[in-house]
Amino acid sequence: MSQAKERILTKLRQAQAHSVAHPDVGAYYQDMGAQWGSDLERLRHWADTMRAVNTQIVWVTEANWLAQLTQILADHEIKTLAVPNQTMASQKIQAALAVDAPKTQCVVANQALEACKTEWFNDVDAGFTEVRCGIAHTGTLLLWTSAQEPRALSLIPPLHIALFDTQTLYNDFYSAMQALAMPAGMPSNVVLVSGPSKTADIQLTLAYGAHGPKDLIVLALLPDDIDPTLLGAQP
Amino acid sequence: MKPTEAASRYFKIEAVKALDDNHLRHSLRGAMDGLMSKRRATLANEEELQRLRTVCEGIRQHALSRLPELLEQLEDKLTELGVHVHYAEDKQEACTIIHQIAQAHEAKLMVKGKSMVSEEIHLNEFLAEQGVEAVESDMGEYILQLAHEKPTHIVMPAIHKTKDQVSELFHEHLGSPLTDDVDELIRVGRSALRDVYRQADLGLSGVNFAVAETGTLCLVENEGNGRLSTTVPPVHIAITGIEKVVAQLSDVVPLYSLLTRSAIGQNITTYFNMITGPRRHQELDGPQEMHLVLLDNGRTQAYADEQMRQTLQCIRCGACMNHCPVYTRVGGAAYGTTYPGPIGEIISPHLMGLDDTHDLPTASSLCGACAEVCPVRIPIPDLLIRLRTEAQRSPNEVVPHPIRGQGAAHSVSEQMAWRLFAGVSSHAFGYRLATQMATRLRALTPKRQLGWTQNHVPLRPAAKTLHQMVKEKNNT
Ligand code: SF4
Repeated sequence: MSQAKERILTKLRQAQAHSVAHPDVGAYYQDMGAQWGSDLERLRHWADTMRAVNTQIVWVTEANWLAQLTQILADHEIKTLAVPNQTMASQKIQAALAVDAPKTQCVVANQALEACKTEWFNDVDAGFTEVRCGIAHTGTLLLWTSAQEPRALSLIPPLHIALFDTQTLYNDFYSAMQALAMPAGMPSNVVLVSGPSKTADIQLTLAYGAHGPKDLIVLALLPDDIDPTLLGAQP
Repeated sequence: MKPTEAASRYFKIEAVKALDDNHLRHSLRGAMDGLMSKRRATLANEEELQRLRTVCEGIRQHALSRLPELLEQLEDKLTELGVHVHYAEDKQEACTIIHQIAQAHEAKLMVKGKSMVSEEIHLNEFLAEQGVEAVESDMGEYILQLAHEKPTHIVMPAIHKTKDQVSELFHEHLGSPLTDDVDELIRVGRSALRDVYRQADLGLSGVNFAVAETGTLCLVENEGNGRLSTTVPPVHIAITGIEKVVAQLSDVVPLYSLLTRSAIGQNITTYFNMITGPRRHQELDGPQEMHLVLLDNGRTQAYADEQMRQTLQCIRCGACMNHCPVYTRVGGAAYGTTYPGPIGEIISPHLMGLDDTHDLPTASSLCGACAEVCPVRIPIPDLLIRLRTEAQRSPNEVVPHPIRGQGAAHSVSEQMAWRLFAGVSSHAFGYRLATQMATRLRALTPKRQLGWTQNHVPLRPAAKTLHQMVKEKNNT
């Protein structure tokens, strides 16, 4: 044990702090957690909250999300899109872009960042990720790092496009944490994302695109039985 | 005078100067009014607020009550994950540990996410002397670094700067054209810092919550600079005070919720970054090596005393300073400490000793606004009174938990005066005699009464004592 550690812990132990009970966080969320009358209302709240912080929500279905994605890439004149390594979604994107959007080049995230740092910073216009789940109350996406889906995808390019299955929407962070059993197996990085990067550090004036993505577009995948016109504006 | 820690000795002088700065007072007032109303709006449900405060206070008190065990549990978890854990008793030791890590990697450039603890240990200055450049990446802190200034608010570090001042700084240091467009200024800052992330050998961050259960380090931010600083460089060093540990991962949920709403009136920040160890097998990014430095620097002194221990419940939201009538008039620079405002007044005496900080606990009207808004219910006014007592106490008096610098404001004549007052007030004859003398001799009241008459009319005894008036009333 280092001397500093020993001395610090000894001083703390000498204080003989009396024990204080751990509060029941679960009971608090059971009583006070966010609630909605219906799934539709909850989804609308999530979308409105994300839109309020400059996020574009595009309602999509399993059948049309690739077409919507290629349209977005064309609208934003994206030359280079970085996609995860060997996920189902990334394989579908590569195949679709080869046919429908030959002007967009796909970069597959399959090398260590050190080998392609300059390229990531200078040449990649957009990054695509999937979302592990959504959080309705705060208008949030939860991203889960993996070997296939590195952090850089949602962090370095100026545009972040996220595919979110709306059936994985939870009321609040607490219920998401319980449902994903997060304490039992945290990956190296979990990040909650609520909008594109922003700052109010200059004279408290809000500005987007401080360091990370300037724009966030969510392809929100709806089950077939939900009518997107009930959920607010499609861009 | 530049705000340095030694300047806290001169709080009264600096405060007078700050009060003369109309521009500063005007901009602070506007900023604090905005932050206060945003906080109120996001915490409008009183029942939710009080229950959440109870939960958060309980989480922090529970964690502090088990602090030594939780620190060991955190260390075990982090070590399992491959993180190197270091303990530092003081600033010098913390700086040396970080410099040694830099040396091991022959590092020349460090990019820093926001970290008040790194300000506390003066890391940038230390590393610069050793030939390592540390660049701040939080936009506010970057602006201050260019201006050679220190943060004046723990959440909004550059709150005292106007966009024109920022424009001039960027023009001077980065060659950008002068503009009053904030979006344009952010674009300039963004592009200057992107190269730094790419080239940095080390990334440093603070920690908002360290979770003993999982070894997760949580970072709260809006800008993404914290994510970049902890992802892109090959080595990540996190530094935190030993008090930031919580027991369980689920504890961070209510704490985070109350932190962001108390601090800036936002329901959530753009990013909540939960880092559980360095890059894992087959992962493509994230740091290859990770370190955590756990800093004492006086915190064990606060911990030793049950009442003072409550200081360590703080989650650094800054709400107390936004609501403090003193802070909102003089601003953060006048305090001359890393942590200004009410939280600074109760934590700085432990970090720096009362010798240099005994003025700070008196920089309060004791109105109680700070305690009313504190999300973890720290009884700040009680702690201020306690610190005033410790500063006045005789340096030689033996007490169970002495504070470094005990008796720094001790004045024999003041003690005598209070003792005399107490003696006179607690004996009927003495009290009657003294009050009668005071009313009869009121014409002789001095026109100047120490510091009081700087801002107030002189105190003058009433023409009749309360006893006289009551007696007269009863007789009529
Ligand atoms: S003392 Fe309370 S209000 Fe002040 S910064 Fe700490 S937690 Fe926030």
